[in-house]
Amino acid sequence: MSLLSVDELTVTFGGVGRKESRAVDGVSFEVDQGQVVGLVGESGCGKSVTSLALMGLLPHKGVKVGGRAEFDGTDLFTMSPSARRDLRGSQMAMIFQDPLSSLNPVVPVGVQVTEILERHRGMKGEAARKEAAHLLDRVGIPDPTRRLKEFPHQLSGGMRQRALIAMAVACAPSLLIADEPTTALDVTIQAQILELLKELVDQEGTALLMITHDLGVVAGLCDQVNVLYAGKVVESAGRRELFAHPTHPYAHGLLGSIPRLDSPRGEALKPIRGSINDRIAWADGCAFAPRCDRYEMGCLTGTPPLTEPRAAGHEVRCVHPVLDDAKAEEVPA
Amino acid sequence: MSLLELDGVKVHFPIKKGVLFDRTVGHVYAVDGISLKVEAGQTYGLVGESGCGKTTLGRSVLRLVDITEGSVVLDGTDLAKLPGEEMRRFRRRLQMVFQDPLGSLNPRQNIESILSEGMVAHGIGKDQEERREKIKSILDKVGLPSNALARYPHEFSGGQRQRIGIARALVLEPDVIICDEPVSALDVSVQAQVINLLEELQEELGLTYLVIAHDLAVVRHISDVIGVMYLGSLVEEAPSDALYAEPKHPYTKALMSAVPVPDPEVEDQRERILLVGDLPSPANPPSGCRFHTRCPWAQAERCSTERPELRDVGGGHRVACHFAEEIAAGTLKLTAGEVVSATREGVEDAPPTLPEQAERAEAAVAEAEEAEEAEKAVKAEKADTVEAADAPEKADTAEEKAAEPLEAGKAAEPEPRKAVTTEKDATTEKDAKDAKDAKDAEAEKAAEAGKAEKADEAV
Repeated sequence: MSLLSVDELTVTFGGVGRKESRAVDGVSFEVDQGQVVGLVGESGCGKSVTSLALMGLLPHKGVKVGGRAEFDGTDLFTMSPSARRDLRGSQMAMIFQDPLSSLNPVVPVGVQVTEILERHRGMKGEAARKEAAHLLDRVGIPDPTRRLKEFPHQLSGGMRQRALIAMAVACAPSLLIADEPTTALDVTIQAQILELLKELVDQEGTALLMITHDLGVVAGLCDQVNVLYAGKVVESAGRRELFAHPTHPYAHGLLGSIPRLDSPRGEALKPIRGSINDRIAWADGCAFAPRCDRYEMGCLTGTPPLTEPRAAGHEVRCVHPVLDDAKAEEVPA
Repeated sequence: MSLLELDGVKVHFPIKKGVLFDRTVGHVYAVDGISLKVEAGQTYGLVGESGCGKTTLGRSVLRLVDITEGSVVLDGTDLAKLPGEEMRRFRRRLQMVFQDPLGSLNPRQNIESILSEGMVAHGIGKDQEERREKIKSILDKVGLPSNALARYPHEFSGGQRQRIGIARALVLEPDVIICDEPVSALDVSVQAQVINLLEELQEELGLTYLVIAHDLAVVRHISDVIGVMYLGSLVEEAPSDALYAEPKHPYTKALMSAVPVPDPEVEDQRERILLVGDLPSPANPPSGCRFHTRCPWAQAERCSTERPELRDVGGGHRVACHFAEEIAAGTLKLTAGEVVSATREGVEDAPPTLPEQAERAEAAVAEAEEAEEAEKAVKAEKADTVEAADAPEKADTAEEKAAEPLEAGKAAEPEPRKAVTTEKDATTEKDAKDAKDAKDAEAEKAAEAGKAEKADEAV
């Protein structure tokens, strides 16, 4: 059975006098032991909120979380807050997007790393400091004992992200959630961090839930890719299958609209028209319909179901999926 | 003659210290001697990572920052020496599109006011009526509705705001537009819209662009010539295709290898050059070649002492590296950094086309115990019956679950995707493969065991 299984997760903000806004609208996916699963989507598609809901980091007030999420057989949403705290940081850990704002600026890095060791592994004093230095060394921070005494602003962006990763892997979690871990970094530094994540997954067998907007990052890292749009998974497939046969018009359009380093020049990009604001509620029909080239009246009769029009294990939430391979190959190869 | 020529442009920011006396204790060498030429009607792309000075260079062309040394010649006039008022008037011919579309539009001005401000300042149009007509035609060109005039920036989406930024530059009919990270604040699906718009406008109006961006793929897509910057200086300059086909500077090589390509087939074949460390501080740049502290091919002699000049290596390809030829010929060995595969080692579903991979997978199946095979076949059948019997929705989930054990197996070991297309196919294929020769597959056995276990739970 899966390490993490998320079933019809919904997150709703607002209410009471204000219009409710549903950020996550029934997301289901699974992460197996040692597997790397990608959640891909543009800003506002609910990918970060999904990760925060799973970690239990959403504010208690004004947020309604529905659906089920089981981690290692236990329901995350019904467990007691103290049990959740024990789990968080030790069994499941998170790497955040912006390394500067997720580290405490007035506390030395060393204290922030040892804090986790003290809380979850019961280490104290010198032993904790030694382990912290070892952790920083493992994520490739040179001169770790000196760095432990430094404050976050004294570290470079890449090093801060490494420190965050060190904190996340301090207790050898079985699930790591990485929310846009490389977005704030330059490409050469991104390459270093991705390499580090790859090593962690391969050596430790840690499962990784990779949340990103960059399809390129996903292509080399993830086993299974879920494409999100407006709070719902619209396509889910193995990475090879997804990139070879993007079947949902959104995924298909997204791949066609990215300029690629290896595509022939002079070819115009095929953008998806409109923006993510042009959408309708999933309950009324396909949220992507207003931007879709394949839109027909049938798209507006309720939420399209997840089907497998192409191959088993390749789920697509679309009434008029892109099944024509010739068309798919029009995407700049 | 080129439309815009930069010659030895330097922008140094002083570092001040002291309370009473503003002592200058050093300089940040943001831009340190850049010479480049932008031809009329073409697009020059400037790439580099954060902190390399590309934005400062763009701003220095417009004299939004003071130029310490060097000249910026637009159409025969040296902007670096123009007095204030003349420079202000000259700016009509040089416009800028800024990175953050919301931050660069005044939230309390409506679109008409934003767009006519520049026209008033430069005395374009007799009265507001005439200006409004002009603005309307420009709005139409950038794909905004004419009812946008009375609206405010917050009423628009990110992509539309960037269109407003472009329209603001266009109303003055400039010769050169400097685009500083024009699409980096936008979502990928919207990026393409703005990139296409920039290209269409160039074709229609014969504009010249200087595009500054960190995204190599974007720059390659729109530029005719690309300059790569590192720590305040150009390390390589070449026509777009030549640069992509054969990057000659080690930094460009590393940069290009680091950009992930959204295609697993390509990623599997690609290698990544990992650089060591971070960008050095521009306040204290390394001696000699600025890149030698991180260069994978850094040599003991020359690199750390002698600063390489940009030199032509043929076909308009200019490189600032002492050893570009040796690196290209492969005679130099890596001295630092490492080259790694772009794809994760244990990643699922290896390409079915690769012969060894297929062989391995076949071996895996052959070695798997027959009992398990039979069991699995039964399970798959069961799953099918469930599917047939139940309501369509439930069938879906049953199917999903039946598929799941196979997925799990895949995750554990690379296996051709084909083998798991459908449950039934998988079993028949496996039967067929049984007959074939087997190799090592203990790990695969474990995977198979895992599958069987999964199947138990699923059914």
